[in-house]
Amino acid sequence: MGHGGGGQMSAELIEHLFVPAFSNPLLAGLTDSAVVTLGGAHLAFSTDSFVVQPLFFPGGSIGDLAVNGTVNDLAMSGAQPAYLSCGFILEEGVELSVVGRIAKDLGTAAELAGVIVATGDTKVVDTGHGDGVYINTAGIGLVRDGVDIRPQRAAAGDVVIISGMIGVHGIAIMSVREGISFGTEVVSDCAPLNGLVAAMLDTTPDLHVLRDPTRGGVATSLNEIAKAAGVGIELTERNLPIPETVANACSFLGLDPLYVANEGKLLAIVARDQADELLATMRAHPLGADAAVIGECVPDHPGMVVTKTAFGATRVVDTPIGEQLPRIC
Amino acid sequence: MGVTTDQVSRIRARITVSGAVQGVGFRPFVYALARELGLSGQVANTSSGVVVEVEGAGPAVASFTARLDADAPPLAVVDRVLSTALPVIGGTAFVIRDSATGPGRTLVSPDVATCNDCLAEFADPGDRRYRHPFITCTNCGPRFTIITGLPYDRPATTMASFDLCPECAHEYADPADRRFHAQPIACPNCGPRLELTAPGEEPRYDEDALAGAHELLEAGSILAVKGLGGFHLACDASDPAAVETLRKRKDRGDKPFAVMAADLDTARRLAYLDEDEVRLLTDHRRPIVLARRRPGTCLAEQVAPGNPDVGIMLPYTPLHRLLFDQPGACVLVLTSGNLSGEPIVTSDEEARDRLAPLADAWLGHDRPIHVPCDDSVVRMVDGIELPIRRSRGYAPFPIALPLPVRPALAVGGDLKNTFCLGDDRYAWLSAHVGDMDDLSTLRAFERAEQHLEELTGVRPEVLVTDKHPSYRSRQWAESHAEGRPVVGVQHHHAHIASVLAEHAYDGGRVIGFAFDGTGYGDDGAVWGGEVLLADYEGFERYTHLSYVQLPGGDAGVLNPCRMALSHLVAAGLPWDARLPAVKACTEQELLRVQLERDVACAPTSSMGRLFDAVSSLAGVCHRVGYEAQAAIELEGLAVDHPGEHGYEFAVGAGMIDPEPVLAAVVRDVLDGVAAGVIGARFHQAVADVMVTTAEQVRAASGPDTVALSGGVFANRLLLSASTRALSAAGFEVLRPRRVPPTDAGLALGQLAVAARVPARKEQTACV
Ligand SMILES: [Fe+3]
Ligand SMILES: [Mg+2]
Ligand SMILES: [Zn+2]
Ligand SMILES: [Zn+2]
Repeated sequence: MGHGGGGQMSAELIEHLFVPAFSNPLLAGLTDSAVVTLGGAHLAFSTDSFVVQPLFFPGGSIGDLAVNGTVNDLAMSGAQPAYLSCGFILEEGVELSVVGRIAKDLGTAAELAGVIVATGDTKVVDTGHGDGVYINTAGIGLVRDGVDIRPQRAAAGDVVIISGMIGVHGIAIMSVREGISFGTEVVSDCAPLNGLVAAMLDTTPDLHVLRDPTRGGVATSLNEIAKAAGVGIELTERNLPIPETVANACSFLGLDPLYVANEGKLLAIVARDQADELLATMRAHPLGADAAVIGECVPDHPGMVVTKTAFGATRVVDTPIGEQLPRIC
Repeated sequence: MGVTTDQVSRIRARITVSGAVQGVGFRPFVYALARELGLSGQVANTSSGVVVEVEGAGPAVASFTARLDADAPPLAVVDRVLSTALPVIGGTAFVIRDSATGPGRTLVSPDVATCNDCLAEFADPGDRRYRHPFITCTNCGPRFTIITGLPYDRPATTMASFDLCPECAHEYADPADRRFHAQPIACPNCGPRLELTAPGEEPRYDEDALAGAHELLEAGSILAVKGLGGFHLACDASDPAAVETLRKRKDRGDKPFAVMAADLDTARRLAYLDEDEVRLLTDHRRPIVLARRRPGTCLAEQVAPGNPDVGIMLPYTPLHRLLFDQPGACVLVLTSGNLSGEPIVTSDEEARDRLAPLADAWLGHDRPIHVPCDDSVVRMVDGIELPIRRSRGYAPFPIALPLPVRPALAVGGDLKNTFCLGDDRYAWLSAHVGDMDDLSTLRAFERAEQHLEELTGVRPEVLVTDKHPSYRSRQWAESHAEGRPVVGVQHHHAHIASVLAEHAYDGGRVIGFAFDGTGYGDDGAVWGGEVLLADYEGFERYTHLSYVQLPGGDAGVLNPCRMALSHLVAAGLPWDARLPAVKACTEQELLRVQLERDVACAPTSSMGRLFDAVSSLAGVCHRVGYEAQAAIELEGLAVDHPGEHGYEFAVGAGMIDPEPVLAAVVRDVLDGVAAGVIGARFHQAVADVMVTTAEQVRAASGPDTVALSGGVFANRLLLSASTRALSAAGFEVLRPRRVPPTDAGLALGQLAVAARVPARKEQTACV
């Protein structure tokens, strides 16, 4: 089964198997976290499982990812994350010191993100039945009044902003996992985005869409948004912030940086007249220093994402299906 | 010459003529024939063909019916003549009726180069169409590209807005005139006007526009020129600076430009042309002919850097003639007016907008182009056409199928896309659409598909695609299916079926050699060196090139030196630092880890990639700027070394292993053997292994018919050598001659496989 790439195949699994099985209106929205009302409070609620290899990489570990992944999913609903749960699935024989380091990373990451790990669980599976350590986290957070962030709110004329450099996490992971060096070491961008989001909401409460382009990269996130909102999205190639090392690695491996995973970046879609102010706020925050406008929502080609190349052509950027296979003849 | 007839022996018949009979002077021909035989009646174009009613003496009507096919005008292709008896109603007149609409099907003619009669008038200072840029008649001029609907009549063309002046109207109405009912006719009084525009300058018209165009070309400028099926970008092909500027602006890499030569003599000075090539260059379709370039011509090196061939065409519109009528440039670069990767631009407005970064000035006119149609590209191999791009002059001519198909649309592949509509025994392969990566190409695909549906009346009940999960053509089909079934056909099966279909082959299984660069295989690998036992129904993968790693997908394709090193690894050969491929591969440390760890590598059996690897090993080409560059340059050197013995592949069960070929190439390279000799030995090796394999199949009482397809067979040397060797071994060889062997021919094969109407026997067998 090749459904792990974060592309069209996992989207199909979710849409055709899971959503119908648990069918309810919250799930049907297909957002990273659900916003529910409980006792009068608007809560964002999310869960995510982490199965990354290697467990440690430049810029972080599975422990950091487990916190930041869920924190970011909550933040993408405009919530201030508060409490996390944490479930460990350990493979028999995994070194205790490894588990210890991961737990410590997890604790530090929670502190940094300002969330409390309120409950947890541990299971051990037989040797060969797991990849050392799997972690699941779930989290809840409060959504401010009046905030309504959903992919469906993207509208023609809106501006698409990225909070920083694209493709860093995926290349960092690949580079340690495969022992390939692309010159300067690439360090994962893994980071909690709730602080940045809070600052953005202070300036621009009417944010339309937020998304963290993790698996499947910017291309996959934007395709989901374009389809959910029924708008087209047009990116401008030369405005995409891509570090040189990532660009080199991608061109060597035949990959497109737009499809490479990020762990500390967000995409924001906002009305054009609020874009300048929002961008200034983002750039003032350490996690948004390289924020840039990368494109806009257009009435043309609804559901489709395209890039304007330097030579003025308009390349279609679609959802990747499994691995990227060559198409050149 | 009236034939006296006796009322008693008079008969009346309705005769329906179907085929390519509209826009080819068929009605005037019918009129003249009826008058010659003294018949009364009428003729009309309908959407099912030309319908004639004639009345007169029995023998005269019989003769008329027979001659409808036998004496048809040169451009007409009569498919069927159906006659039914009607009651006699009398009368002496024969009239041409306005076209009647109705159900049915007619075949639209492709565009036709200016005929000799028109050229004579064009060159005659006393003629009222002397130097008229839009001179045409029933026998020539635009057709497919100006037809907006059927039946083919002036209102259904982009000439609808030009009212005929009295003189033109007279010609149009005179059955004795060559322009009788010629839809696109015009003259300087009533026709379209030339217009030259340049930023910041007053527009110039007619002769003044031409004079301006000449000045600009002379000065090394780049001129956008409106042709039959779209805009070209033109510049003086002997001016290195101008050609280099065009190359830079088009972001073109080393990809060759086509040229237009003023006349045949000029063309002969540029390239070695044999009789067949001359015939092709001058025939009414006027394709670009890829011919061996002569050394030391006036052509700037930048026209086709490092390329042994040059693509030449001759003027095919009156406007092209006018571009050459001054002393000065006798060869122009004439390349499609588009941005890299986009479809050819057709409207003046779009041209001014999208070609603004490319052109210095625009030579256009007010006759709209309704559908784009690029120039066709053809190679001659052993006196037989080998189409590389089948477009202007060829499309939308249908291909007769050996078996009936359901109304269907096959969407083709993603690169060099063409699509194919089929119904019954007709397949309409579209003109060149382009690479489906681009939004404007996807849109051009949709427009072209709509237009061809309108012209053919085919309403597809099934859609056919490649099996590649990421092909945009496939995604398009899935999102436009509207409940219709979408059927996938394996890439190389479609290649083989394509060549079977164009040969109207209806025999049993064949030995199919499908050699190309990339095609999605049923096991998820990248196939491309495939020997299939195939018919329309299915295929068995008899044998194939052994798998090697394709490092980095498309990145591996663009860097033949990486493919060379990957092949060395697979063959267990060291990366000897003396090998040019190893020297060229500055990224070899990275590549070593990539191959060892199998990062972003796909297994491939591609023959195209083996050509790349050998080209790089031999020191010919290490990085490509356009498709198949490494193979083209290797072939170019190899042709000068005929008679070399081939290297030998290791042939095992279900596997063709290139290991000994690579070992021999490396030995030769280290021994200082010339690249051309290595290339010749390699080409011969591929031809030899094809014979060995085919003989293996035959010995196991398999078929003795061989079909060749896939982009690798755009290689003239290999196509010629393998055909010769296979024929000598007693095989019947079906090779591409009407439809490109590349992915541009894929759609026809998809259609033949997936839309064929199964015979009853087989239906029960399948259940
Ligand atoms: Fe192919
Ligand atoms: Mg997540
Ligand atoms: Zn003519
Ligand atoms: Zn006139």
